[in-house]
Amino acid sequence: MELLEFARGPVLTFALTVFIGGMMFRIFSLFLMWRTRDSSEGSSRERSSFSAAVREIIRRLWPQAAYKQRTMFDLVNGYVFHLGLAIIVFALAPHILFIKDLTGLSWGALPNNLIYAVSIITLGSLIAALAKRFANPAQKIISTFDDWFSWLVVFLPVLTGVIATSHLGARYETLFALHILSVALLLVWLPFGKLMHFFLVFITRGQTGIQLSHRGAQL
Amino acid sequence: MSDKKTLGEMLTERGVSRRTFLKYASYTASILALPPTAATAIAQGIANARRQSVIWLSFQECTGCTESITRAHTPSIEDLIFDFISLDYHHTLMNASGHLAEEARLQAMADNAGEYIVIVDGSVPLKDDGIYSTIAGITNLQMLQETVKDAFAVIAVGSCATFGGIPGAHPNPTGAVPVSEIVTDKPIINISGCPPIPEAMTGTIAYLLSFGSIPELDELGRPKAFYGEAIHDRCYRRPFYERGMFARSFDDEGARQGWCLYEVGCKGPVTYNACATLKWNGGVSFPIQSGHGCLGCSEPNFWDMGGFYKPLSTATGDPLKWAGGAAVAGAAIGAASAVLARTKRNKAIKAGARKPSQEAK
Repeated sequence: MELLEFARGPVLTFALTVFIGGMMFRIFSLFLMWRTRDSSEGSSRERSSFSAAVREIIRRLWPQAAYKQRTMFDLVNGYVFHLGLAIIVFALAPHILFIKDLTGLSWGALPNNLIYAVSIITLGSLIAALAKRFANPAQKIISTFDDWFSWLVVFLPVLTGVIATSHLGARYETLFALHILSVALLLVWLPFGKLMHFFLVFITRGQTGIQLSHRGAQL
Repeated sequence: MSDKKTLGEMLTERGVSRRTFLKYASYTASILALPPTAATAIAQGIANARRQSVIWLSFQECTGCTESITRAHTPSIEDLIFDFISLDYHHTLMNASGHLAEEARLQAMADNAGEYIVIVDGSVPLKDDGIYSTIAGITNLQMLQETVKDAFAVIAVGSCATFGGIPGAHPNPTGAVPVSEIVTDKPIINISGCPPIPEAMTGTIAYLLSFGSIPELDELGRPKAFYGEAIHDRCYRRPFYERGMFARSFDDEGARQGWCLYEVGCKGPVTYNACATLKWNGGVSFPIQSGHGCLGCSEPNFWDMGGFYKPLSTATGDPLKWAGGAAVAGAAIGAASAVLARTKRNKAIKAGARKPSQEAK
């Protein structure tokens, strides 16, 4: 029980503190960074910034025909584990209670057994993503510590969650504590690595859309 | 005091029929999760046993554990258990008082050296030389050390004796510790709970009498027969948990429908006890059945587990107590790094060191 108390108390407090501080650091350092003024005259086809951003965000939800064949695995697998993670994080009752306790926001939950099934699929999908990274020489060469570690800190909470729910290998409170510790690790790493895309993905895609539209790209 | 007669002979003298006795043995075997054949062994073991001398020490406690054991639900069990044992010392239940009571304790220790069982309820205060609880002029620590010296085994009953309990809760003003922190050279059986289930206490004593050995214990020293499974895993409301159907307050539709109490703070998933199976008050009910979440009273530090009404999946304490400071500090460091980068860039531009390729970035 002591490990669980430690995890629910000091560890979560520390992790949330680092997460919030880290997020603010990343956001402020990014948005106050200089931006080189683009003095060129925009294309005649240039759209409004908002329209260009939204169109680019939508356009990138699915690959262009020329890339479809080559990226199909990453695309489908990526959708599977991203959607899976979203369902696990936001639709499991205990997770909603965690969020509600911190923010006051809550919504309806899905049945635990459904989340369990989604978790298994998500685990499989994450393992497939890792296998692909190992198997593809080009992808392996360009992979950095950030890629491997980010994968690990996402994988561990799902794995420990499934193991805790299944009561495998140790007493539930120990497994539950390990799950919380793995979530704490994820929270601490989130702002500082590539996982920051959870916050920046649509911002960066929107910005790309604005730039492309300025140059006359058809979005 | 111990008697020369066997318990079987004594029970016969008191008119306890063989059928009643065997029913008790079967019941005890079943609550101890022993195979049916063990009922015979229990019957033979108890019948042939001499009355077991028991010294019951009450320290920093509320007498709830004694209240509980005297309400063991099968009518004959209470009588039986007090026939089986010679309760030579117990503040609440003994007739003697004052120095006569203490003499009874010392006499029992002398007569049954190496054979008597010490039952302890309540925690032991150690702060300031243990002055916060004294009996007959000596501290609880002194009495415990003196009494367990020649004991066969020690049974700690209740969460105070097993884990420190409420006296040991934060800020623990008396420096209360469980029995296991003081007694290290004797077998200790922990029967935790606030109070423990009566049958967990009587069943364990019956096991000791029957087999003369310690039952299988979990890592917290508790008999696995009673503490082997989590409340949550045997809870009749578990299907509602799986379906995501929760009571959100004690008076909403979910509460009236008997849905899962996880959201209102039930600690059943991390609490090991037999409440959901043996139940209380003659098998009538248990806290969750009565509409209140499990408090986790049979687990260490249950009083300090972050609040009885906070869901288990939430952080304890105030997890956002440093969030404001962290946000300001993060923003300040982020802004400073951006300003630093701008300054560096401007300096580089002024120095004419800027390369065209960098500008494009």
